[in-house]
Parts: sequence; C-alpha cells; structure tokens
Amino acid sequence: MRTLLFLLLGLFSLAHAELIRVFAAADLQYALKEVADLYMKKYPEDKVELVFGSSGKGYAQVRAGAPFHIYFSANMKYVEELYKEGHIITEPKLYAIGRIVVWTTKDSPLDPSKFPEVLLDPKVRKIAIANWEHAPYGRAAKEALEAYGVFDRVKNKFVLGENISQTASFVYSGAADIGIIALSLALAPELQARGKYWLIPEDKHERLEQGYGITKEGGKVKNARRFYDFIGSPEARRIFVKYGFVLPGEVK
Amino acid sequence: MAEINPVPIWLTVKLSIWTTILLLIIGVPLSYYLAYTKSKLGLVIEALATLPLVLPPTVLGFYLLLLLSKNGIIGSVWYRLFDYQLVFHFEGIVIASVIYSLPMMVHPLTSGFRSVPRNIIEASWTLGKSKVQTLFRVILPNMKASVLTGIVLSFAHTIGEFGVVLMVGGNIEGQTRVVSIAIYDAVEAIDYKTAHVYAGLLFVASFISLAMLYAINRRWSL
Repeated sequence: MRTLLFLLLGLFSLAHAELIRVFAAADLQYALKEVADLYMKKYPEDKVELVFGSSGKGYAQVRAGAPFHIYFSANMKYVEELYKEGHIITEPKLYAIGRIVVWTTKDSPLDPSKFPEVLLDPKVRKIAIANWEHAPYGRAAKEALEAYGVFDRVKNKFVLGENISQTASFVYSGAADIGIIALSLALAPELQARGKYWLIPEDKHERLEQGYGITKEGGKVKNARRFYDFIGSPEARRIFVKYGFVLPGEVK
Repeated sequence: MAEINPVPIWLTVKLSIWTTILLLIIGVPLSYYLAYTKSKLGLVIEALATLPLVLPPTVLGFYLLLLLSKNGIIGSVWYRLFDYQLVFHFEGIVIASVIYSLPMMVHPLTSGFRSVPRNIIEASWTLGKSKVQTLFRVILPNMKASVLTGIVLSFAHTIGEFGVVLMVGGNIEGQTRVVSIAIYDAVEAIDYKTAHVYAGLLFVASFISLAMLYAINRRWSL
C-alpha cells in the first residue's frame, strides 16, 4: 500500500515537473499570454500557467507561501519588498514601464481626448478606476487625476476595480461610462476593436516601473529560470512593445 | 478565443464529490444527534450548523483563511504533517466546502430523522437490534428521500460555490480554480465567450440537480 502511494506521488510530481506557475499583474493579461504561448511553442516540454490579479494581491499571496514560481508586478516596489523578505530569490528586475489611458467604448458620445474635462460631463455617471490600495495602475490613475486637479470633483463617481483588467471590464460591459486603464489592455485586439483611448502624459503620475522575480517556490523548479530569462529575449520584447510598454534599456 | 479548459470542470466535480461524501459521513451522526437530543446544547449546535446558510461567504472565507493558513489552528497542524499549507490547495477548499455546504446536508437529514415514526424505531430496539443496526436497517431506509435530498443539495451547492473558494483558494489551476472562479476570471479578462460556456454549464448542472431533487421527492414522498 505504501509503495503504491509513493508510486502515485511520484507520478504526480513527474507529471508536474515542467509546470511553471506565474502570478502576473492584470495589465499583462494579453501581453504575457502571448509571450507565454510563444515560449511554450519554443519549449513544448514546459507548461506556463498564468494567474492574473492585482499586484498587491499577488504580493500578499507570494508572502503567504502561494505556489507561484515567478511573480510579475506592475510596481517594482512589491518585488523589492518580497526580495528583502526573502520570498523572492532573484534581484528585482525591471521588465517594462507601463502607461495609462482614458478609455471608453467606440459607441460612447464621450471623447477621451477631452480629458480631464470629459470626466465632469454630466453624461458620465460612473468612472472605473482600479483600487489604488493594491493596484499600481489605480494609483497612477489617482495621481494623474490629482495632477489635473479633478480627483475630489469626480471621486463620488468612482467604481473601483479589484485590478486593472476588471476595471477595463467595467467599461467594456457598459457598467461604467469611462475609465482609466492600462495602455497594454487598450491595445489588446478585443479592446481595441471595441474602444477608443487617449494616452495620459507620463509626467502626470509616478512612472509605472514593473518588476519581476523568481520566488522561493520557483527556486525548486529548474525551468522557471528559462522562462525568467526569456522575458528579456528580443522576441518577448517585441510583444511587450506591441502592447505599448516602454522597455528597460530604451528609456529616454 | 473561447478555449474551454476541462481542468476547472473536473476540479469542480471532484470538489463536489469529496464534499458530499465527507458531509454524509459527518452529517448522519450529527443529524441523528440533533434530531433526538433533548439537551439545550442541541439547539446551539443546530444553530451553528445552519450558520453557513446565512453567513456571507466572505465572513466564512475570512475566518477559514485564518484557520487554514500556516499560522492557523488547523493549517499549522496540516503544515507540520504534510509540509504544505491548506490555503491555495485542493484539500483546503474541500474543508471550506464541507463547512459551507453543511446545512444542505444536516437540514434534510435532521428533518428526515424526525419524520421516521418513533414506534418503528422502538420496535426495532425491543426486537434486540442495536442502535447502529436500527440506524442502518430501519431508520435510514425509511428516510431515503431525505438522504438523497441532502446528497443532491450538498453537491449542487458546492458546484456553485464561489466566495469561500476565492478567499481560501487563491485561483490556482488544477488545485483551486473551479468553474465559478474560471467564470470570474474570464469576465475580468473580457473573454465573454469562455464565460458563457462555463456559466451555461453551471446553469444546466444546477437545473438538472433541482429537477432530480423534485423527481426524488415525488417518488419517495411520504
């Protein structure tokens, strides 16, 4: 009986040997999926599994010992914190710099390029932004609204997304009239077909430096390092650029 | 874009089966006690066993998270025994589901026990059958509809579970990403096609469960 159990356990771990489990910030929803697909085409023996959420949630889960092997944050600070605490074993590394946009659907009468006045339009009942407590894109949105001096005037119209992808979903489904989301989401095929956006100047908020690292759990998975390195490869960088990210080494 | 992944579906079924089996094992003695006890303690236990029905899943999820994490009372013991914590793992959401669906089993069983005529139970005892023999040979066969109702309701309730799993599960494929979580994920990712398929599946499964339930009640109604 005991041998059988060990045999089963062995089989179980064998079947999972090439699994790389990734937690990623929600702004990577489309870009990283494409990177992972490309990676798996190149290395079919590996399986990359992606879980998306707010960076703050990922931070909390990695700290609590969640079985993620690589953590992609939309804010470098979370990675640095985890590194200091020993939950991340590689030095925090920048992989992209994000941008935020004002976004609404194509059939909306609102014009995003009239930002920030457009938010004060009486037709705007609900404005979707990500929860700035744990979503870096929400914080950038809040900073931009403050920089334009409209934060206090529009804050009673907010609907807060748990992460930036949910925030986009609020506008996409019509639940909110307009929202501030990640450029990387606005450029995703499905959202691009449905929406229009206006890029918020990058000097209106703290730069969205996005960092990543291999977790303590990931240290036990030998191919995690390969995927980690793949993020810096030219083909992966091309995908990030396609989704509107500014890349390390190309910063003006 | 709709890529239907069978893993969440299989996981949901597995979770519901495990939960229902464990609930049967826990529910029969617990309901037996509740149905026949005259002590005041019974009232307290019955209220506690019904609590998951009215408690917000986030309240339950929050306490379970504390209880099952590696610093929690249950979680720390598990962590020492098996070297991984219950949170983020299938075993953790099984425990959570058992608590979450407890009323679905205990209620039908308790009213089932109460509906079995006292005289046939006493007749069985006077004929020399032990309490356990009486339970399995006389009482349970006389409340088949209640047992089946408990099974169907526990199973169906667990299939649709969302809040508790989200809080203690952490959305991990193959471990805790059940169909209801996969729907949430798909909606967030603006992948409505996938959401439709999963949601349609849960809709049909819930409908079939209820139809079965009514068929059972019609057939075995007392």
